[in-house]
Order: sequence, then C-alpha cells, then structure tokens
Amino acid sequence: MTATPLVEVRDLVTHFTHRVGLFGTRREVVQAVNGVSLDVAARETLGLVGESGCGKTTLGRTILRLVARTSGEVRFDGQDVFALDLAALRRMRRRMQIIFQDPDGSLNPRLSIGRAVREGIEVHRLARGAEADGRVEALLAEVGLPAGSAARYPHEFSGGQRQRACIARALAVEPEFIVCDEPVSALDVSVQAQVLNLLLDLQARRGLSYLFISHDLAVVRHVAPRVAVMYLGRIVEHGPSDGIYQRPLHPYTQALLTAVPVPDPKTKRARVVLAGDPPSPVNPPGGCPFHPRCQHPGKNESCRTVRPELRELAPGHQVACHLADR
Amino acid sequence: MSGPAPARPPLLEVHDLTVNFSGSDGVARAVDGVDLTVEEGETVGLVGESGCGKSVTALAILRLVEPPGHIAHGSSVRLGGRDLLALGAKEIRAVRGNHVALVFQEPLSALNPVLRIGNQIAEAIRAHEAVTRGTARWRAVEMLTAVGIPDAKRRASAYAHQLSGGMRQRVLLAMALACRPQLLLADEPTTALDVTIQAEILELLDGLQRKLGMAVLLITHNLGIVAERTRRVYVMYAGQIVEEAATEQLFAAPAHPYTEGLLAAIPRLDERRDRLQAIPGQVPPATAWPEGCRFHPRCPHAWAKCGTEMPPLLEVTPGHRARCWLVKEPERRKK
Repeated sequence: MTATPLVEVRDLVTHFTHRVGLFGTRREVVQAVNGVSLDVAARETLGLVGESGCGKTTLGRTILRLVARTSGEVRFDGQDVFALDLAALRRMRRRMQIIFQDPDGSLNPRLSIGRAVREGIEVHRLARGAEADGRVEALLAEVGLPAGSAARYPHEFSGGQRQRACIARALAVEPEFIVCDEPVSALDVSVQAQVLNLLLDLQARRGLSYLFISHDLAVVRHVAPRVAVMYLGRIVEHGPSDGIYQRPLHPYTQALLTAVPVPDPKTKRARVVLAGDPPSPVNPPGGCPFHPRCQHPGKNESCRTVRPELRELAPGHQVACHLADR
Repeated sequence: MSGPAPARPPLLEVHDLTVNFSGSDGVARAVDGVDLTVEEGETVGLVGESGCGKSVTALAILRLVEPPGHIAHGSSVRLGGRDLLALGAKEIRAVRGNHVALVFQEPLSALNPVLRIGNQIAEAIRAHEAVTRGTARWRAVEMLTAVGIPDAKRRASAYAHQLSGGMRQRVLLAMALACRPQLLLADEPTTALDVTIQAEILELLDGLQRKLGMAVLLITHNLGIVAERTRRVYVMYAGQIVEEAATEQLFAAPAHPYTEGLLAAIPRLDERRDRLQAIPGQVPPATAWPEGCRFHPRCPHAWAKCGTEMPPLLEVTPGHRARCWLVKEPERRKK
C-alpha cells in the first residue's frame, strides 16, 4: 500500500437514536457502524460488501460527513474531516462525491440533465457561462450520453442513462474520491455491464479512488482488487479480493460466497446455508456478532462472549474470527 | 421398436399468448405470441430483463392482467387440457390458488397488513376448500412450519410488518402452497432478499416442490438461479420468446446473440474478467419494438435481412430453438 492513503477511517462509530412505540416514549439506539477502520489509497477501489442492514451505506455516508459520527476519525488527504468548519467542508466536498443506487431519486425531475451537471460547477465556481456549457457537454459525452442530452429531462432517459447522468454530475466538480453506493443494483444485467465498464474507464483516465459498496459479490470482485466484508456494523474480513474469493476465512464470507448462484449448470457446490435472519443492529449479540448464525463446527464459549478482533492471517488478509486458523 | 406412448398433454400449455396495453403512446404489445409449456413436476425458467414481458406472461396465465391491458383474441392458456381463457369468473377464481398459485417479488404488498398471517393463510384455504375454521387454522400453522418459520404456532398471530423480508416471503410461499397447487408461478421470488436468505428460500422451494410434486415456472432475471434451479429455460426479449432449450444446453451453447450477450455481461464469482462484454444500446420501449428481429439494433451479427424480416423460432437441435436467422445462415456469424 502507498505511504499515505487518500482516505483513512479509524474506529468509526455511527449510532442513531430513534423513538419507537406508539407514543415515541421508548428510545432505541441503532448501532449502524460499530468501530470500523479502513484505508482507500489514491487511484484504488476498495469494495465493501454486506447484506442489507449491515451498515455499509451508513459507513459510506459517515465518511463523507453526510451523517454525524458518534466517535472515531476520518481523514481525507491527511485532514480530519470532522474537524473542518463549514467553508472548509464545502471545499472538501468538491473532492469527494457519491453516486447512489437509485438514479431516479437522486435527479431532480424538473431540472434538465445539463442543469443538474452544471450546478456543481457553478456552486464550486469552477467555470462560468460558455465555458461551463462546454464542460457540461464534454462530461455528458465522456459518460457516453448522446449529443443533445443536456437540454433533456431525466424522464426522457432509461435507467442506465440516468445513472450515467449521475456519474457526470459527480465528475463535474473533479473529485478524487467517489463513494459508489450500489451504483448498478437497479440496472438490468446488459446495462449494468456498460456502467461498470464506464466506472473502470473513468478511474483509469482520471485516477479516481472508489469506495464501491454493493451487496453483489460478483460485481465487487469485478471492480475491486481489495474487499472488506461487513456484518452488523463491523468489518469481519478484509483483504485482497483474490484471497477473499478463493480462500475466504470468515464463516460469514464463506456462507455469503456459497449462497451466490453461479451461472453454470455444471457447477455443483457445497452450500453453507445459514439459519435465521441477521440479528437487529439495535441489539447486536455479544461476543462475535455472527455467532448465532455461525455454522462453524468448532463454535465455542469464547465465540459467545469474546468479540474477535481483526487479525492478519495471510499477507494483507485480516479476519475477525476466533476459529479462522483452526 | 414399440410405438410412442400416448402423449399426455403438458400441465401448462401456453400458445400464441399476446397481451396488449393501450395507452396515450399507442398500443404496447407487452407479450407477443408467446408459446411455452410446463410438464408436471418440472421446473422451467423464464428469464429476461425488465420490460421483456415475463411478469405480464405470468399474470396473463392466471388472467390477472388489469385494464388497460388485455389478452388478445387467439391466445390460449391450457392447464391440464382445460382452456383457462374460456372460463367464467367464478371458475377462474377456483383455479387460482387451488391449481395454480402465484408468488411475487414484493412480499409486503402481497400481504394484508391488518390481518394476522395465520388468519390470512386460513382464509385462503377456506376460500378454496370446505373445511372448518379450526381445521384451516391448524393447516395454516402446519404450512408455516413447513416453510421453516420457527415457533409457527405463535408466529401465526403476527402481522406482516412484524416479520423480516425473508420471513414474509416464507409466509407468502405458505399461503401459495396451502392448497397444494399443481403449478407455482414464482415471479422473482427472491429478488428483494439478501443472498443468504435467497439461498434458504430457494432450497426450501426445492424441498417443497419435491414433496408436493408441484411444477414451477420460475421467472427471474438472474441467470445464476436459472442455472441452479431449472431443467429447461425460455429466454424472453421485447415481448417474445427468443430462445428455448434444456438449461445445460442453453449455458453450454447459447444460439441467440441476446442470450450470448447476457451470459458475457454478467460478472462472475468463479472467474475474474478484465472487462465485461456489455450489450450496446437499450431495451426498446414496448410501444416501438424494432422492425424485423427486435434485437437487431443491438446485435453484433445483424445484416440487412434482420432489419426487415422477423425470424421465427428455428430449431437448432431437438428441443433447442432460437429466434435468429443465424440458425439458418451460420456463416453470417461474425468472429
């Protein structure tokens, strides 16, 4: 890894409090992110996988300070993101962007695609007038939208094209780091491949760093040389994708990988079928957060009582499991 | 050689099924001349991307297409030889649930939010069978146990919103299977679920299917699920069946360029590809299917004829057909 990573996350914790019950008299604390540390190097993609409710989206948003942290630290290019005043935060926001799963919900239906892309350029005073128009045209061309798209509105485009527009909007402010939150999950397979290829091309051309969040392990393998697996607010395994995909060490990662149906009828795999639903992040189990669903034959008392820390068991490959090396 | 055994009609036989939607942009031919069969106890895949007509096909089989959609004259849907499109309203209601059941992608919207789940299943049973309230209730709990809901007796008095997505999908399956249908139409039954839960539900469905001897038409966009769970498969594009084959054959030697394109476009867990082969362009809207072969604007092999003449389903090998002129003129295939 390079000397200073572009993004450094240390012991990050994000808890939400919300009122429940008929009269909102009871408070619940959702422990969405529960002590996460990770790095993203310049020009690198870190994949972040996990199932719904594991906290991966909240983690991405906390890193961008779109959500308040409870404790811990995020450094971007060496600067403490949570220590910035609002003016400095705004300058920092130009350098870090986010792309969401649902391009429909994140584009204003009354704003032409050109206006949507132009907004960031104007807010950050990167260009004006004809120069800004030229930049918008160039960006839309760069993401593969047809000429003349700038004057058209979101509903005139297909889902894949709208996601391209969102990518153009994110690129407009010339960011270095983009959180891609399930960017292709709402797209059909044939279009999904187009958008993934586009993201890879843009990264090569512009030297971008991505935190690529997805529930789809195959998609993550395709884009990310390094992967972190998240479960109930914690990273349970972390390392080079080849290692994780070929030799997963955490029982959760193993179950996750064998659960993915492989598009080859000749492949017959032994499947680790997990019993039960993931526990609620309001009341995560003690010890290892995965222990109630864990199928490891060596499961023992310490799994129920002692929380395993991440340990490095192969070069760069860390796992939070007491039994991973047994 | 002895003569062939007298042919039994397939359990489900859909012939020339066409569903039109009339709207302000003209008529959308969402399903256009679909032929498909499902044998007793068989699992058949119906695969395609959004807007290809696969869900409308399922709805049309049970005559659940709502206006402005309508099933065109000349379509036929036969279940065990009986023409479902000719049945009266009361008779088709008896078929639904009793002989053919449907499960959807979104379990929350398919469940009644103000009814306890046990009562909902019991009600479904009593709608189709003359049994007492007590018996229906007992069978509902039995069904909930069969779909792997722990502590089913207590859970039967829960409401839908109190359950997780995976649990709701189990409840829906329990409801669908309560009357032991011969055919289950499963429309993206696991798409809204996490992979680990998806695996559980599909295993469960497999087990129940074997136990009940039920046939399943599994409608999905996920080729992995098709590969693992089906014996035969139909591929749909732009309202039409474009390829049908035994599942192994389809994956080993896809004949339609669309099927080939889909297989090349999916990222795989089992191998790392440097670049995915995307299919260029977009799925056309149903109000403006292209002339000739509907895939020709996106097809790497298309030549003049493809833009003017729609290919029929042509036989590649017995049981394997593709709607592509390449079947007749393989020398046109570009390397």
